[in-house]
Amino acid sequence: MKISYDARGLAEPDAQPPMVATIDGGAAAFDAAELTTRQINLELRRLIYDEGIQDVTVLNPGAKHSIAVGILARCSITIEGSLGYFGCGLIDGPEIRITGRVGWSAAENMMSGVLLIDKNAGSLTGAALRGGDVVVRGDVGARSGIDQKGGTIIVGGNAGTMTGFMLQRGRQIICGNVGGGLGDSMYDGAIYVGGKVTSLGVDCVEAELADADNEFLARKLGIYGIEPPGAFRKFVCGRKLWNYDNLEPAERKLVL
Amino acid sequence: MCGIAGIIHRDGTGDIGTEMTRMLQSMKHRGPDSSGFALYGPPSDLLVMRIKLADPNEKRDFGWSERLERHRDEIEHRLAKIGAMVDKIRGDQEYAYRVTFRYTGDLKPLADYIEDVPGCEVLSLGHSLEIVKDLSDAQSVSQRYQLEGFTGTHAIGHVRMATESDVDISGAHPYWAYPFSDIAVVHNGQLTNYHMWRRRLERMGHRFQSECDSEIIAVYLAQKMDDGMSLETAMKQSLDELDGVFTYLVVTGDSLGVAKDEMAAKPLVLYESPELVALASEEVAIRAVIGREIDTYDPYEREVLVWNR
Repeated sequence: MKISYDARGLAEPDAQPPMVATIDGGAAAFDAAELTTRQINLELRRLIYDEGIQDVTVLNPGAKHSIAVGILARCSITIEGSLGYFGCGLIDGPEIRITGRVGWSAAENMMSGVLLIDKNAGSLTGAALRGGDVVVRGDVGARSGIDQKGGTIIVGGNAGTMTGFMLQRGRQIICGNVGGGLGDSMYDGAIYVGGKVTSLGVDCVEAELADADNEFLARKLGIYGIEPPGAFRKFVCGRKLWNYDNLEPAERKLVL
Repeated sequence: MCGIAGIIHRDGTGDIGTEMTRMLQSMKHRGPDSSGFALYGPPSDLLVMRIKLADPNEKRDFGWSERLERHRDEIEHRLAKIGAMVDKIRGDQEYAYRVTFRYTGDLKPLADYIEDVPGCEVLSLGHSLEIVKDLSDAQSVSQRYQLEGFTGTHAIGHVRMATESDVDISGAHPYWAYPFSDIAVVHNGQLTNYHMWRRRLERMGHRFQSECDSEIIAVYLAQKMDDGMSLETAMKQSLDELDGVFTYLVVTGDSLGVAKDEMAAKPLVLYESPELVALASEEVAIRAVIGREIDTYDPYEREVLVWNR
């Protein structure tokens, strides 16, 4: 049977890069105000992959969703303005700076590189983060680094409820206050908090701050020029929920 | 998913019809089933009532138009009978009317009497509030009801992706707090103790027209305010008394409020300036009415905010 519709389900099935960027040596810039999400991402890909440009500036992103996702190359991207939801997800390698804010789920499943956000971020920032640094100079919403598996999330301001929910590996540095249920059901990793902690989540406990922790905090905050608060507290997994091998006898028989 | 939006001009007025249309249309992807507006025009001595006589997607037989015509006349007749002086009746659609009238009695007997006409639902009633809701996206609804150029002080709106109840006008937001004048709510989320609250409010004599959980929020808050509580206190109590996930916006004759549940499960972006406050499920909606570069933030869990005019 001949398929007569676009089976990819894309809103713009045959979009082309708009070719609007001005290229000046190794740098390029383009205005995204009148472009669709897909056109912006196609233009970014064209510049980075096809033209080999390592320094791209995007102007007027207008809080659109899903901008600069899936960029898998070492390059530098500056976004002059704010992004909507799912910004800079699935990236591996780039250093991205956003001069405005981002919505929910920025840097979701980021593999490596740096994401610098000058203002606030929404909830679920750095969800399932695997590597690299996500730096938010303002406040973040709820559930930052949910299911984080590596990398570092640094927040200059406050964080919401359930920060570090199900954290598996990696670290978070929150300079301000955090909401309730901090580190709920975390498996491993560490959360450093400079401000007040509303309440701890299930199986999250406070740990001693070692020299290595202080060295790490000073180094990371130093790189991004964030003024550290007075003192940090460290929170880790209490390992009460580590029941991986505790099978019932009947289950054991089934497995072995 | 659903999308919600609100705007309040701190002093003066604006073209809230166009503003809300733009805000909602930019969030069309969050819910294309139906769109709704709660708009506050300049308050007047007259009462303004928005009603629907049928649903646009119901099966139409040969007598459909004639029957609606008869029901419209019956409503006019009943208004006169209960002591209201009808000023104007305007039909935006065959099934949707805007009625202005002078009336000083209790609103509940009047609304009950009007809703007793078969197929009729009172969508809003008050001295300033007008609720317009219909199937399809915000731009189409706005055009059909000529909302562009609607001048007023504050408004909320909703684009709906139906999850818990039918796709029809009764299931569309905003909800008027029947029978309390000039109070309306839009909601993004699900209430898990809806049936409990519905029964509780029904025992107090309230009527619910839909199976939609959001309908109870409006009546819940209005009942508390009627009992003498401030809007802000009522909203704070709702954080403990309503279960589930929610971000809701509530409007009264002179204020706009927002409340978020304790898990902060549903998004909301907030922009405040000396002239106006705009909030929406997505920042693109706020940018649809504010041309310049802006800074926004997300309210946290259990936050209750109210702006008064």
